[in-house]
Amino acid sequence: MISFSPTEEQQMIVTMVKQFANDEMRKIYRECDESGEIPARVIDTAWGLGLVSTSISEEHGGLGGEHSAITGALIAEELAWGDLSMTMHILCPALMVYPVLEMGTEEQKKKYLPAFCQEKYKAATAALIEPRFGFDPYSLSTTATLKDGSYVLKGQKCYVPLAADAELLLVYAAEKGKSQGFIIEKGTRGLEVGEREKNMGIRALATYEISLKDCHIPKENRLGGDKGCDFERIMNCFRVALSAMAVGVAKAAFEYSRDYAKERVAFGEPIAARQAIAFMLAEMAIEVDATRLMNWEAAWKLDRKEEATKEASLAKNYADDMVLIVTDRAVQVLGGHGYIREHPVELWLRNGRGFATFDGMAIV
Amino acid sequence: MIDFELTPEQKEAVEAAHKIAEELFRPISRYYDEHEHESPKELIDTLWAKRQEGGSFGGLDMTAALRTEEICWGDAGLYLCSPSPGLGGAAVFASGTPEQLQRFLGNYNEGGPKWGAMAMTEAGCGSDTSAITTTAVRDGDEWVLNGEKIFVTYGKKAIVDSKGFVVVWATVDKSAGRAGMKPFVVPAGTPGARVEKMEKKLGIRASDTVTIVFDNCRIPFENILGSPEVRKIDKSGTAGFKKAMATFDVTRPLIAAQALGVGRAALDFVKEALEKEGIEIHYGLPRHKLTALERDIMDMEANYKAAKLLMLRAFSLMAQMLPNSLEASMAKAKAGLAVTKITQKAVEIMGPLGYSRKYLLEKWMRDGKINDIFEGTGQINMLVVARRVLDYSREQLK
Repeated sequence: MISFSPTEEQQMIVTMVKQFANDEMRKIYRECDESGEIPARVIDTAWGLGLVSTSISEEHGGLGGEHSAITGALIAEELAWGDLSMTMHILCPALMVYPVLEMGTEEQKKKYLPAFCQEKYKAATAALIEPRFGFDPYSLSTTATLKDGSYVLKGQKCYVPLAADAELLLVYAAEKGKSQGFIIEKGTRGLEVGEREKNMGIRALATYEISLKDCHIPKENRLGGDKGCDFERIMNCFRVALSAMAVGVAKAAFEYSRDYAKERVAFGEPIAARQAIAFMLAEMAIEVDATRLMNWEAAWKLDRKEEATKEASLAKNYADDMVLIVTDRAVQVLGGHGYIREHPVELWLRNGRGFATFDGMAIV
Repeated sequence: MIDFELTPEQKEAVEAAHKIAEELFRPISRYYDEHEHESPKELIDTLWAKRQEGGSFGGLDMTAALRTEEICWGDAGLYLCSPSPGLGGAAVFASGTPEQLQRFLGNYNEGGPKWGAMAMTEAGCGSDTSAITTTAVRDGDEWVLNGEKIFVTYGKKAIVDSKGFVVVWATVDKSAGRAGMKPFVVPAGTPGARVEKMEKKLGIRASDTVTIVFDNCRIPFENILGSPEVRKIDKSGTAGFKKAMATFDVTRPLIAAQALGVGRAALDFVKEALEKEGIEIHYGLPRHKLTALERDIMDMEANYKAAKLLMLRAFSLMAQMLPNSLEASMAKAKAGLAVTKITQKAVEIMGPLGYSRKYLLEKWMRDGKINDIFEGTGQINMLVVARRVLDYSREQLK
């Protein structure tokens, strides 16, 4: 039966995450954006909520909770409402955990998952995007070739979050033209982490370019072993996660500009009393909601293990446009004040602009 | 639990309605577009017979909306010819007493085809319904109505062609503004109510849109819906007026469903044509690899989906007896825009095939536009959304 109501359990998680976002993230997001640093304390607190580890199966040290894309989308939205950089940092280990959990071989699960069931945050990441015009995740320039019982990886990746600290990297590379995942451990020869990248937005998130120079890894490190991975599904999980985050950022911008418009007086009344402003806000509200619902449908398909490329892509493309429009309008509603870094809307616009670029930087 | 699966009953209803749309509506679609004001008698009789069998497509819930979408996929103009209590019925449902429900709607399961129309708009006021000038004056056991209503959808069918009724909005006290505005049921055949003009329209030509003149039209006192008292509770309106507006919480998402039907007809048409040409839509590709055509199609599909989900949400809330005014207006505003955009883009994509009257696409573009206008223009719905999200009254946001 058609329903738009999260379960009670999901509702509880949402409340918890919302509170964290409000009490912790919203207090320091500007500082983090300016300094480019996120206090480890906040990350550890977030990790303690068990957002990622809960769904790891009991035999691998987790709680064996259900791994659901809908729940993931709900979490991602609330976190991103708090702050996008921190969200991506907090959820970064999921880039390794979820693909291994869903598609890894038994050995891979045993070897890699328990480390993520600890109280302390452990950085892991994935590398998909490549620093070139016309990047296409389905036709990667980074290659993996099987040679003498091990894989040799060659290529360049960028926007790899936390690459410098990550114990494990899941690198996507083309093997015989098909995109597959390869697990690389920190310190593997041939893996070179470059300078930290400087981006327009998500400035508090440490992202890096990495080079793979004849990087040899054991054959067993191919995600899913001989079977490989379902790359399409992974892509769809990226799409749903990012769309949910886009909704969160847009919602933050909508709420802030709505409240501002009710307070800011011009010509004797709040600017929100003018249709030119009020209609912008109405449109923002509609588009945020519409995008969320579309994304839920895609997540729902993922949870049912159904083909979801169409839904996830439609939602992602729509979300990319939506978040840009909404955050831009938010800046517009605040006028000159929106352009000043004392207000958060310029930050959300910078972060929002990134969604069309962030392929593979978050997963549900 | 968040779920997007239709119930088996809903699936069945959608399938049945789709079949009717395909078999009964599509074949005569063009004919009645080109023969404006001619009544599709055979279709009406068939639909009425189906209604009596219990296969009705009336109702005001999510299932009804899903059916409505399918029927409007067939033909939105002919959909508006479907005999049913319609918008007038929605008003009776919203504020009628059990006795009134029985009296006005009881005969919808017997006799010949009937319609229930709603007369709100006047020459001097459209969306500003509080400016209504039609008057209702009490005279003993009767109300005497005077005034002129325009743009009454299926008004002729309701009170000339059938034994239906029209719900007329009139003021019992002009000085009271919205508080004085009340709905009255005028049954077919009431002396003093006459249909004067049938509009010639851009689209939905199969549906009659008429002017009704009330000239000392007398109706029984009991034909008022809700209380006759004028209560000025607060500045922003009265319970009566709010009840009237509550009708929109049902009808607006239903209009969204109509819009979606037309939009999907256009989308399906384009996608079929592309398939015939061997053109595939590569959904998963990165944006810069998509062709302009793929981008357009995806944009149309996303807009359709967005509006559809907003529509379903409005009905889902209604089913849970939760307030849905905001969500209803969101759905209506988005669907009106979506169908306009989708159909116009479809005509553009199909080029000469889109513009030609040989195919139905150009008609759908004309038909679809009404959804951005009736039951509150897109702008009025945006205004409702804005007021709700800002928590502003009518006075605070005009």
